Amino acid sequence: MAYPIELILSRHLAESLATPVFLTDTTGNLLFYNEPAEDILGKRFEDTGEMSVEEWGTIFKNKDDDGNSIPSEDLPLVKTLMTQLPYHLTFWIESLQGTAERISVTSFPIIGRAKTFLGAIAIFWRSDSTA
Amino acid sequence: MNITLWGVRGSIPTTSPDTAAYGGNTSCVEVDADDWMLVLDAGTGIQGLNRSKNLRKGRIDILLTHLHIDHIQGLGFFQPLFDPEAEVHIWGPAGNSQSLRARLGRYFSPPLFPVYFRNLTCNLILHEIEKSEFTIGPFSVSSDYVIHPGPTVGFRIQNQDSVFTYIPDHEFVLGSNPLKLKDLRWLSGRTLADGADLLLHDAQYTTDEYQKKQGWGHSSMDDTIHYGKLNQVKKLLLTHHDPMHSDEQLNLLKTQLREKYNSAVDFDIAVEGSRIEL
Repeated sequence: MAYPIELILSRHLAESLATPVFLTDTTGNLLFYNEPAEDILGKRFEDTGEMSVEEWGTIFKNKDDDGNSIPSEDLPLVKTLMTQLPYHLTFWIESLQGTAERISVTSFPIIGRAKTFLGAIAIFWRSDSTA
Repeated sequence: MNITLWGVRGSIPTTSPDTAAYGGNTSCVEVDADDWMLVLDAGTGIQGLNRSKNLRKGRIDILLTHLHIDHIQGLGFFQPLFDPEAEVHIWGPAGNSQSLRARLGRYFSPPLFPVYFRNLTCNLILHEIEKSEFTIGPFSVSSDYVIHPGPTVGFRIQNQDSVFTYIPDHEFVLGSNPLKLKDLRWLSGRTLADGADLLLHDAQYTTDEYQKKQGWGHSSMDDTIHYGKLNQVKKLLLTHHDPMHSDEQLNLLKTQLREKYNSAVDFDIAVEGSRIEL
C-alpha cells in the first residue's frame, strides 16, 4: 500500500519549502508536516508520525482579533475539506503552552489526475506581530 | 511467463556499432504466457517484435507507460495495427483534459505520420488507465502513476505466482531522499515494485550525470539499485540506457556497481534481445 503520487509529490514539495506546510488526507488526518511547521506545532514529525484529526486539531486554540474562539468549521482547512475549495484566513493561534501568534492560513484541495479528491494542504504564513 | 526485451535504450534510438551489444532501440518489452501477448511500450524496439516469430494473429494488448516519443515511436509501424483480422487493445494513462485517443492522434496525423488514427485497419480498442487493476487473459495487471513529467504509469504484471514490474521512466528521488524514508508508503511506485520477482527499472544516468539532470524524470543507477533493495525485489534489471552510454561504458559501470554493491541486490544491465523466463 502506498500513497497516491499526488500526495507523495505534495510531501516532496513541502519538504523543499521554508514556509510551514501541513498535508492531510480527505478527513483531516495529518499525514505530514514539514520542518517549519514543526515549530508551530511544537512537535517533530520524526517523533509523532501521522496524527489523527482529533489529536492534532486540539494542539492549539484559534481566536479572532477580538479574542473570540473561531468555530472549527470556519477554519480554512476544515472548509477546504468540506467543500474541496481553497480558503484563506488570518487569525490567532494559541498553543497549549499559552503562546499566541497571528497567522494567515491558505488551504487548498489536492485533486488528482483522475479528478479524485485526495486530501488538502494548509500553508501557514507567519506574521511579524506576536503576542 | 516469458519476457523479451526488444528495446532498452532511453530517449532516442542509437544505431551505432558502439551501442550494438546492449542495443539502441527504445523501450519495448514483450510478455507472453498461455498464448497471450502483452507489449509494454511501443518504442523503436517494437520493430524487433515485428520481425520475430513471436508475433501472432488475433488479440494483442499494448500497454503504454506514457506517450513520450521514445515510447510510441514504433507504434505506427506495428504490423497488427494494419491487419483487419487483428484485435489490438491499447492501454495508456489518462490525462487531465484530452482523451488518450486525442493525444495519440497527435502522433497519428501529418506532418508527424502519414496515416491518421481513424485509418488504422485493425479492430482497435483504447483503454484509459490510472491507478487501475485489470485482467488480460492469464495476466493480472496493476497500474499506478509514478514520478515522471506528464501522466506516466508503471505496471505490475502477475502470471500465476510470478510478478514482473515495469517502470522504465521514473525519478522517484525527486525532492526526497529515499534512503532516509522510514515509511515506504511515501515511495513512488512502491505498490508496483514491492517484492517483485523481476523489476525492469529506469537507470539512465550515473550519479554524476543525475546531478545535472534532476527533474528530467529519470534515475541514476545507484538510486535504482537502492530502490530495488528498498522494495526487496528478487531480480533487478537496469534499463532506459542513456543514448550517450556506449557498450564499453555500460560494461565498466556494471563492474563498478558490482564491486560497490556486492550482493546487496541481484542486478544486471538490460540487453536488447534477451529473454527472461519467470
